[in-house]
Amino acid sequence: MVSMETNKRARGLVVLLISSVLLLLSFVFSISVGAANIDFTTVWKTIFQFGSPSDEVRSIIMEVRLPRQIAAILVGAALAVGGAIMQGITRNPLAEPGLLGLNAGAGFALALIFTFIPAVGYLGKMGAAFVGAAFGAILVYRLGSVRVNASPVRLILTGAIVHFFLLALAEGTAILFRISQDISFWYIGRITGVNWVQIEYIAPVVLLGIFIALIYSRHLTILSLNEEVAKGLGQDTTVTKIILMGVVLMLAGVSVAVAGMITFVGLVIPHMVRYLVGVDYRWVIPCSAFLGSLFMIIADTIGRIISAPYETPVGAIISLIGVPYFIFLARRGSKTT
Amino acid sequence: MSERWQGKRWWLLGCGMFLLILIFFISVGTGNASISPIQVIRTLFGNGSAADQFILYDLRLPRILVVILAGASLAISGGILQSITRNPLADPGILGINSGAALMVVLILVVSNTQPLAFAYYLPIVALIGGLGSAFLIYLLAVKAGEGVSPLKMVLIGIGIASAGSGGSYIFASTLHRNQYDFFAKWMAGNIWGDDWPFVWALLPWVLILIPATLWRANKMNILQLHEQVSIGLGLAVERERRILTLFAAALASAAISVTGVISFLGLIAPHIARRLAGPRHQSFLPLTAILGSSILLLADTIGRVAVEPDGIPTGIVLALIGAPYFMYLLRKN
Repeated sequence: MVSMETNKRARGLVVLLISSVLLLLSFVFSISVGAANIDFTTVWKTIFQFGSPSDEVRSIIMEVRLPRQIAAILVGAALAVGGAIMQGITRNPLAEPGLLGLNAGAGFALALIFTFIPAVGYLGKMGAAFVGAAFGAILVYRLGSVRVNASPVRLILTGAIVHFFLLALAEGTAILFRISQDISFWYIGRITGVNWVQIEYIAPVVLLGIFIALIYSRHLTILSLNEEVAKGLGQDTTVTKIILMGVVLMLAGVSVAVAGMITFVGLVIPHMVRYLVGVDYRWVIPCSAFLGSLFMIIADTIGRIISAPYETPVGAIISLIGVPYFIFLARRGSKTT
Repeated sequence: MSERWQGKRWWLLGCGMFLLILIFFISVGTGNASISPIQVIRTLFGNGSAADQFILYDLRLPRILVVILAGASLAISGGILQSITRNPLADPGILGINSGAALMVVLILVVSNTQPLAFAYYLPIVALIGGLGSAFLIYLLAVKAGEGVSPLKMVLIGIGIASAGSGGSYIFASTLHRNQYDFFAKWMAGNIWGDDWPFVWALLPWVLILIPATLWRANKMNILQLHEQVSIGLGLAVERERRILTLFAAALASAAISVTGVISFLGLIAPHIARRLAGPRHQSFLPLTAILGSSILLLADTIGRVAVEPDGIPTGIVLALIGAPYFMYLLRKN
C-alpha cells in the first residue's frame, strides 16, 4: 500500500516534470516562429534574462507574441481542469465544458453583450460569459433530466442539441444586428489580439479556479469514486459539487471570453492524465493543467504555421486531433455507456 | 378504437393540409409586391396580369415549392432517425450530414476558385455526395462485425464526425475569398439559395420516391421501436431494416440540405409535434410529420424573407428562433 502510494507520487512528479520542461520549450519555440522568425536564443534572453535586442524584435516579442502564448497557456489549463472536474462530478467519462453546452452558453451571452452593450469592459464580458455558461449548463441538465448516473450518451446528445441551439440564437442575434463578422471567430475558437490588460484580468481568475480545485481535489477523488462513500466519510457532497461546478463555470467562461468555443481539450487531456497517474485528483488536476497548456500551445503554433500566411483557428486544429480520440472512446463503447 | 383513431388521423391530416395551404397563400402573397389570394388563384388558373404571372411563376412559386419539398424531407428524415435510434432527440444533424455536405461545399469552392453561382447546378450534387459520404462513414465506424450497429454509438460518433467536419470546413473556409466566404457563411446559416425551377425538379424525385417508400415501411418501424430482442423475436430483420432506413434518412436530408443550406432543428421539432398529436404509430404520425415539416419551414422562410430589409434573415436562423418556445416547453415537461 505504501509502495503504491509512493509509486503514484513518483509517476505524478515525473509527469509534472516532463510536461513543464516541454511546456517551457514549446513556449519559447512558439514565440520564435511567425511572420518574422526570431531565433531561439534571442527569445530566451529577451524573456528570461531581460536581454535587449532591437526595439522591433522586442516589441514583437513582448507586445504581440508573449501575451498570446500566455493566454494560450491559461486557456489550455482552464479547459483541461474544467473537463477533469466535470468528469469527476458527473462520473461521466465524456463530460466536457464544450460538449455540455457551457461554451455555447458563454458564446451566446457574449453575442448579446456585443450587441446591446458593446462598450462594456473586460470584466463585464467575463461576467457575462460566466452567466452564459451557467445558463447553458442548466439547459443541458434540465433537458437531459440528469440523475446521478444518467446515461452519458443522453447527456452528450442533449449537450449537442443545446450547443447548436444556442449557437443559432447567437448567430441570429449577430445577423440581425450586423455584427456577424465581429463574433464569428467565437464559433470555432482562436486566440488573437490578446494584450496585457486582458491577461491581468484572466490570469487571476484561472489561477484562483485551479487553486480552489486543488483544495477540493481530495473531496473530488472520493466523490468521483462513490457518492455514498463520500457522504459516509462525512463529506457534504452538495456543497462540494456546487463549489466545484462554480469553478468549472468560471474556467469555461474565461476561456470562451478569451478564445471562443474550444471543444475536446477538456476531454482528451484528463483522459490521458488519468491513464498516466491514476484517479487521484490531487495529481490529476495539476497534471491536467500542465498538459492542457502544452496541448494548447502546440495546437496554436501548428495553426499559425500550417497554412501561413493565413492563420488556422486553433479550435479547428484541436477538433481534428480531439475527434478521433472521441470516436475511439465512443467505439470502445460499453465501458463508457 | 381503431376506427376512432382512423377518424382522428384523417381529421389531423386535414387540419395539417389546411394549415399548409393557408401558409402557402400568405407566403405567395407577401414580399416586395403583395398579391391577394384571389389574384393568386386567378393567376394559377392562367388569368392573371403579366406582372403577377412573372412574380408568381418566376420568383415565388419555385422557392415555395423547394421549401415545401425540403421541409417534408428533413422532417421525415428526423422522424426515421428518432425511431431507429430510439432516441427522441435525434436529428439529421447527428448523422454528420450537415457537416459532411458543408465540407464538400467548401472544398469545391476552394478548388474551383470561381464565383459560387457559376456552378449553382452541380453544387447540390457535391453536397449530396458529402452528406451521404459522412453518413456512410459514421455507419462504418459504428458497426461491429457480428453484432450489427449500435444506435448509441451511431449517435456519439455522429456528434464527433459533425465537429470534425465543421472544424475541417472552417480550416478551408479561412482561405476563401471574401464573397465566396459570404456565400459559405450564409449556406451554413440555412439561407435558401436554390430558389429556381431546376432545383424543384432536382428535389422532386427524392421526395416522390423516398417518402412513400418510408411510409410503406411504417409497420416495420413500429416494430423497430420496440425493444431490440422483441423486434428480432417478431421476425424482423432488424439490421437490414435499420440499414435501409438510415440510407433513406441520409438521402432525404442530404438532398434537402444540398439545395437549402444547413437547416437544423426541423428534423427534431416536426416529428415531435406530430407524435404528440397523432400518437406513436408510424402510419399515423409520419404523414403528419411531412405536412408539419413543410408548414413550419415555409412559415420560417416567409418570416425570414420579409423580416429584415433588404436581404432578410437566413431561414435556418428563423427556425431556431421559432424553436425556442418549443425548447422551453420540453424543459417544463421534464
